[in-house]
Parts: sequence; structure tokens; C-alpha cells
Amino acid sequence: MTIIGTSGLVLNEKLLFEHSDPGRKGYSLPKLDVPETALPAELCREEISDFPELSEVDVVRHFTRLSTWNYGVDSGFYPLGSCTMKYNPKVNEAAARIPGLAYIHPATPAHLAQGTLELMYRLQGALAEISGLARVTLQPAAGAQGELTGMLVVRAWHEAHGSKRTKVLIPDTAHGTNPATASLTGYDVVPIASDGVLTLEEVEAHMNDDVAALMVTNPNTLGLFETNIEAICKLVHERGGLVYCDGANLNALMGIARPGDMGIDVMHFNLHKTFSTPHGGGGPGSGPVGVTEKLIPYLPGPGVDFDGENYSLEAAKADSVGRMMAFHGNVGVMVRAYAYIRSMGAAGLKHASEMAVLNANYVRARLEGVYDLPYKSRSLHEVVFSDKDLGGDCHTLDVAKRLIDYGYHPPTIYFPLVVKGAIMIEPTETESQEVLDEFCDAMIAIAGEARENPELLHQAPVRSRVRRLDETTAARKPKLKWEKGA
Amino acid sequence: MRYIPHTAGDVTEMLERIGVGTLEDLFVEIPESVRLKRPLDLSESVSETELLRELKALAVKNATPETHKSFLGGGAYHHFIPTVIDLLISRSEFYTAYTPYQPEISQGTLQAVFEFQSLICQLTGMDAANASMYDGASACAEAVLMAVRLTRRKRVLLSRALNPRYRAVVATYCRYLSLELVDVAVAADGRTDLADLIAKLDDSTAVVVVGYPNYFGVIEDVAAFAKASHETGARLVTAVAEPIALGLLKSPGELGADIVAGEGQSFGLPLAFGGPYVGFFAVLQKDVRAMPGRLVGETTDLEGQRGFVLTLATREQHIRREKATSNICSNQGLCALMATIFLSLLGKQGLREMAEQNLAKAAYARQRLSGIKGFSLVFDGPMFNEFVVRSEAPVADVLTRLEASGILAGIPLGEDYPELADCFLVCVTEQNQRAEIDALVAALQGGVQ
Amino acid sequence: MEFPEELKYTEEHEWVMVEEELAVIGITDFAQDSLGDVVFVELPEVGTFLEAGKAFGVVESVKAVSDIYAPISGTVEEINDDLVDAPEIINTSPYEDGWMIKIRMADAGDADNLMDAEAYQALIAEES
Repeated sequence: MTIIGTSGLVLNEKLLFEHSDPGRKGYSLPKLDVPETALPAELCREEISDFPELSEVDVVRHFTRLSTWNYGVDSGFYPLGSCTMKYNPKVNEAAARIPGLAYIHPATPAHLAQGTLELMYRLQGALAEISGLARVTLQPAAGAQGELTGMLVVRAWHEAHGSKRTKVLIPDTAHGTNPATASLTGYDVVPIASDGVLTLEEVEAHMNDDVAALMVTNPNTLGLFETNIEAICKLVHERGGLVYCDGANLNALMGIARPGDMGIDVMHFNLHKTFSTPHGGGGPGSGPVGVTEKLIPYLPGPGVDFDGENYSLEAAKADSVGRMMAFHGNVGVMVRAYAYIRSMGAAGLKHASEMAVLNANYVRARLEGVYDLPYKSRSLHEVVFSDKDLGGDCHTLDVAKRLIDYGYHPPTIYFPLVVKGAIMIEPTETESQEVLDEFCDAMIAIAGEARENPELLHQAPVRSRVRRLDETTAARKPKLKWEKGA
Repeated sequence: MRYIPHTAGDVTEMLERIGVGTLEDLFVEIPESVRLKRPLDLSESVSETELLRELKALAVKNATPETHKSFLGGGAYHHFIPTVIDLLISRSEFYTAYTPYQPEISQGTLQAVFEFQSLICQLTGMDAANASMYDGASACAEAVLMAVRLTRRKRVLLSRALNPRYRAVVATYCRYLSLELVDVAVAADGRTDLADLIAKLDDSTAVVVVGYPNYFGVIEDVAAFAKASHETGARLVTAVAEPIALGLLKSPGELGADIVAGEGQSFGLPLAFGGPYVGFFAVLQKDVRAMPGRLVGETTDLEGQRGFVLTLATREQHIRREKATSNICSNQGLCALMATIFLSLLGKQGLREMAEQNLAKAAYARQRLSGIKGFSLVFDGPMFNEFVVRSEAPVADVLTRLEASGILAGIPLGEDYPELADCFLVCVTEQNQRAEIDALVAALQGGVQ
Repeated sequence: MEFPEELKYTEEHEWVMVEEELAVIGITDFAQDSLGDVVFVELPEVGTFLEAGKAFGVVESVKAVSDIYAPISGTVEEINDDLVDAPEIINTSPYEDGWMIKIRMADAGDADNLMDAEAYQALIAEES
């Protein structure tokens, strides 16, 4: 087995404040070509104490060194479950930097913004087609804000129909954002149990005339398709509710099955997952929301319209839930997602989903029996193992840390909550069989080490820039900023 | 497809290992009734060359500060972007990484966020800042929700001079939380009317929100609002849509703000038709555990080396679920990095110099415009880099006429402020050369050209 | 793990020590062990009336958070201020130095409904 993890030369680097030297400059501005003016002194601050003073070289070297302490998709395999860490195509980066797209002001009149509006209109249409929903808003900035948008729309629809329902059903496999979102829209959360997938009986037992919606993720966070989804949607509709779909796992379904065709009323997309835009170390994402025909009036505005000749921002709608963002959402992310959809084409998107599912099942086939597999039905885009019977008093966290020494980003761990010690692996379609084999070899070797030399796991990682960090002290005595002399 | 490495041989071999015959067999759990039985109705794949050609063709239909003389502001600003920023954020270890869940291999992101938090504290004069929010408007909405949680009160006072899009987002976030949103009037000088605020403050008021500078470019008397708010036990949120002003103005913290929510786009982020931008959010020490969003803290590793981790995570949705301080999951990581690089380069001197240039250019433009027949200045409070102009001729006509001369003169105010239907908002930054300002003046003077 | 005989226990893993009309309340050895290193404790103000079964505070570790429920109704007489700066005391001494609050019981009879050490041990054996 080739171990790709190694200890290269890693450079130390201080905080930028610790490099600061009074009088250094890292910028240049044109000479002021108008008369100087001053504000009344009582409005002005003293100089900003301890603000950095650095040269351009200081800054470039500082951030370059910091970058080498990170692991990205371009560094290697990043099987973070439910995050869809696929390759981020480089042409998308070039696309977003085309000056006419990058530098247009959001308040530019529509007739002088036709290029961006056309792109947004086409992206709205493509997402609607992929999801089988009637209309898409691109405004939400991320998946969680998409959820908020979607649940506001749900509530607005209920209120417009005189319904005062107060509860939302959420399966135990759901992301934490789902219950947090339901609270933010004024709903009480009713957790419901799943047995791998949701059963009609469980939904039926809880679905009454006080329930506004069911929030599902399909495929769910165990990587399983919700096989009863059609019957469940039908039941929820019959009892006056709506079904929200968390679209985090859409990468399993493109061109294969559409949430809209299953009976889903509203869902969000994660352009930074399914549509290949980079995660940026925690953002920016983009979380468009699609809805069925009857929910269109409640979407946030403005969306983009086309009259056959010109693109325009739609006029304010009386029933809209309102604005989610100051402007039109993360348009730079939309450009990248649009570039991806154009590059892949209809057939390419379907092929991506097929290869994503193939890869997850391949990893599963290679690791089943080595790691405990709590749910046995056919996996889609991801597979969840557990640390049961690992030996050597080793747990999921130890496996994750040891994977770092082998040169991999660990999978998602301890999620979903229904699996104790969960190890959630999502390879995505952009990894080759060779990469998967090397990763699986590493996972198998680690399982062996757990039995024979568990200290290797408990001490890991040893090859990273820092060793395990003291999170307890960080939380007990939070130090959240640099302070001079501290 | 160049992003997918599988050969036909690989697929066959992998299917064999899995123990199924065809790709179709992997999807057996998806009922036939919900399968899509036709190809997606999308165009076919295009090559890299074709894609860029298509997008460039779209891009030339857009007006930008490169094609037009632009005086558009209103919450998004055309400022100097140092070349260094894009080159550094293009290091793929930064932009292709995810949220730093595994700190041992995410120290680059974590240290940069810690530096961002520190810079935001210095700028705002507050004790603690988070890892960033989606944008200034959503940060402002989260600030309102936080103040509501802390005070357990239900009344929210919003200055009418607060950016109207921020007010709209606050209204959306509060829509189903049984809160009462009340507007505070604008005084004749363009500041929020302190007397009206005092009249509307009561012991059910959770929070007061003012812009700093406000939407009209006017610098509010934050200290007076803080004092009035605190007298009734309400919190003061200061929303900063144009943070370059903080290079010069007293910090909100120094003036008594309880929460500072703002927009960091001015710190080196391209306009990009409205996003991605980066919200910042800063609070007092006593309220740290009530704040939304991710936080990075300093600690040490097993060997005693300094390192950074995500901390105080129990506030967040993935642990507290429906009781979380917010549903926010990610931050605007890469955008926060851009702002951090920008502030490192500009530093103590640069930010001040840039603020002074904005102030001087806007003052010059104001002085020149005030002498033009048919136009007048509306407010006389102290201003930063934006101001409101009243026009005798219909605003739409004036703006359209100037577009023809390649000038985007400003944002019409009528839609958001019916009483200012004859006004538009002009923004002048360090990027507007004197010649551009003179051209604006000449075009306004020129009548029909 | 220890479960002192003289204490009463709840299903939510709190312990109660009755001293005439006063009751001292904390979390059990089992609770602190499941939480892991405690990093933060939030306690009610003195004078607050607590209703049996309702949450009165919060105890947090790095990756978990748990509400603390009032085992019996009563008014808060005293809180353990030491926990604010040194929450780790809950890990090192859950039954003594790690006590959380003292309440004046609304009805001294309420404590009789709680579990004894034996019943509590049976409960946690079942849970784990």
C-alpha cells in the first residue's frame, strides 16, 4: 500500500499582528485629486490601536504559509459525508472573474444588467428542470438560509389559507439545521423515528391537523432512498400539510428521479455541494429554493423574469415572504454553478449521479465486514459505518485522526445521530477507482492497527502541523481574539 | 467528461466487486413510479472554449465601473481591490477546503478566521466577533433576534434611515416570531429623529437599530441613541453597511453599541451583482454565548503548540437543534479571508487614508452639485461618502439621460421612500477620479445632450 | 461510579439531598461521565421559583449540552458561584463541591417520590 501522508517541511507562522511594525505599508492609493476635508473632531476616532502595519511581502508570505496548513479537495480525497466535496472545476473560477460579471453593481438598472439577469434566469430554469419543481428563487445565501426561506413559504401558504398549524415533523436522521429552522419560523418540532427510512405508519401516527409540514432529506443522511416518499407525501397532502425536502443529497438523483415528481412541495439546493462550487473553508455557498406552482406567490423577491425579449427583476409581490438578502444572493456562486451545468450537460449530470452512487457502493463493498455497517439496504451516494467492535478501545474519532496521518481528510463523524459512532463516507463521482482503493486500504490498515497497536490511533495525528488540540480549555476560557501582550 | 475519471473498464470492475450486474441495479431502492423516464431537458455539454465565449458574450451586456462612470452605492461599494487578494484566495488549500471540522488539517482557515475576528473587534470597538455571516442585512436580522432573546421583549424599533433592504430582511426574519416592528422617523438633517425614538421607546422595547453611516450617507449620533436605548433596557444595534467609514469614525463600541452588525464587501470584495459578500457581527463579552454563528478560539495542542479550534459550538444548530441561537451553519469563509487580507494590506494608515479620500471626494461632489440649477442637496447632517440629491426634473428622466452619457448617477429613492420620489442617492468613492465627478456635474448641468 | 446511599435521584440524572426544608441539587456521577469535560454551567438567580419537572439551568461540555430539570418545586436559596469560573468541579466532585443550587422546598413531601440509590442504579444499568 502507498501511504500518501508524509511529513514535509512545514513552516511556522505568527499571527499577522505579531509581524506588525509601525510605519510599514502594504497598499498604494492614487494621490488625492480634490481638496482635503475634515469631519467635526468629535465624530472621529483616534488611530485604531494595534491595527496591523505590514508590507505587501509580509502579507503574501503570511497567507501563503497559512494556506499550506489546510487540506482541500485539490490536496486529496475528502470523503466528508453529506457535504459532497467534489472537484471544483477551474474554468468556473475563470467564469466568475470575467469583469462584466464580477464588477456589476447590484443596483444597476435591469436594461444594463441583461447579461447577469439572463444567466440567473437560465440557472433558475435548469434547477427547476432538475428538481421537477415549478419555480426557483436564487436568493438564499446557503443551505440553512434556503431552509429558512422554504419554511417561511410553507408558513405563508398556511396562513394565506387560514390555517394556524403549529408543528413540524422532523425525522431523527435530519441535519440540525432542520429543527433550528423550524423554530425560527415559529413552529414546534416533533421528532419522528425512522427505521433507516421513514415508514408511512410513523408519519401517519403523527400527521394531524396541527402539523404544517414534514421536513425530509432524500436520500437521507444514511445514504438511503426514502422508499415510501410518494405515499408519505400523499398522506401529508391529504391531511393538509406540505412536504419540505432538504436537498443536501441531490447528488444521488440528477436525471434519475426528481423531488417534484415524488410529491415534494418545496426544497433547497446546495450549489456548493451538487453543483461543484467551492466550499471556501466554510462558504460562500448558495441555497436556491424550488417550489410547486401553488407556492410561487410566496417566494422571496425579486426573481428574474423574461418576456421573450428582455430580462427583468420581477415587481414586488403582495404575498411574498420578503427579502432574505440585501441584494440578489450569492451571484458569483451562481455563475460557477451555471458554468458547471453547461459543462456537464443533461447527460453529464446523470452520469455524475451514477458515478457518485457507484463510488459509494464500491467503498461499501470494500469496507463491509471490516467496519460495522448498521443499515444494509442499498446505498446511494454515501454510506454510513460505525465504530462498533473496533477493538483496542478505539472509537470513530481515533479512526478519523489516524486517517489524517495516512493523508486523507476524515469522513463526517458522529452523524447522523441515530448511528452511535457514525463514520459517514461520501466519495462523490470525481474520485477514481485508484483513489478509492488507496483510501480503503488505509481504512483497512487502520482497523488492523486498532486491534494490534491501538496507541497509533490514540496518538494520531502525528504528521499534521499540530497534534490534537485542547478543545476543553478553548471552551472553558474562550480566547476569541488577539490582544497585545496577552 | 473531464471531471469524472471512470473508464468503461473501471465501471465494469467496480460493479463486479459490488456484486451487481449493471449501474441500474444500484438504484433498485428508487421506485419505478418516481423515476425520470426521459433525459433532463437541458442543453448538451459545452467545451471550455464555448463556455467562456458564451459567458463573455453575456458579460458585455452588463454595465460596470469599467464601462461606465458609476456613482452607485446604497450598501454595495466600488472600492480599490488590491491584486494580492485574488491571487492569495486562489490558493486551492483555502478555496477547496470545507468548514474546519478537523482542526489539525485546517489551521490555515482557523488562524485566518481568528485574525478576522480580531480585526473586526478592533474596527468596531467590541469585545468579540464571530467568523462572519451571509451579508450585512442578514447579520442585522440576526442581531435583532439576539437582542430579542436577551431581553425577552417583543418590540423592535428600526430607524427609517436604516438601509431599506436591511429593514426588509429584518422583517422577513421576524415574520412569524410575534414581534412588533416600529419605524423611527428621520429628522430634517438626515439623521434618525432622536425625539421620535425617545417617544417610541418603552419597557417592552427589545432593540433599536440605526445605520452608521445611515442609508442617506449621514453619520448618526450613536452615543445619544445608545443612552436613550439603555435607559429603557433596550439594546442598541449599529448596522454598518459601509465599513470604510470605520477608518475614520469613532467605533460603535466606543459610542455604546451593544451589537454591531455590518457588511464587509467594501473590504476587497468585487460587486458581483450583490454577492457573495460577508456579514460581520460583534458583541460585548457578556453576550458571547448568546451570539449566532461560528467562533474560532485559541488553544494549544498535545505538545503545547499554539493552535485554533471552532469553539462554543453548543450554541449552534448541530448540537442544540431547535434551541440553537440561529439556524446558520456555514459562514462566508473565503469572503472573510478576502476582508482579512484587505485589512492586513491597508492596515492602520491605509484604512484611514482611504476613508479620508472617500470623505473628500464626496464632499467635493456635493459642493459641485449643490451649485447646479434644478438640483439641491436634501440633508445637511455630517456625511461620509453618500448623499441625497433632489431633482426638479423627474428622477427617472435624469438618470436615463445620464446613462446615455455613460454615467450611472445614482439610485432612485422613490420606491423605498415615497416622500423622496424626487430624489436619488449618489455615492462617491476613492475610485471616482475628479474628472469623473466633473463629468457628472457637467452632464447634470447640460440638460439634454 | 459512585451513588451515595443518602441521596435521592431522578430519571434526568440529578441528585437531591434533603436537609429539613432545604434541598441541595446537582448532577450525578453518571451524568457528568456521559457529558465529558464540563465547560459551562448556567444557573438560575437566587429567589427564582422552580417548578418540578421544568428546566432551571444548562450544563455544557465541548460537544454536548443538557438541560437540568428541577426535581421538586421550590425557591432558589443559594447557587454555587464557584461553578461559574471552575465548571470542571462538576467532573471532579459531582456530589460535594459540584453541587449546583439549594432550594427551599414548596412541599417537603415531594422528595419522597424520587428514586433511591438502588433504583437509580437499576435505571442506568438499563439505559447503558
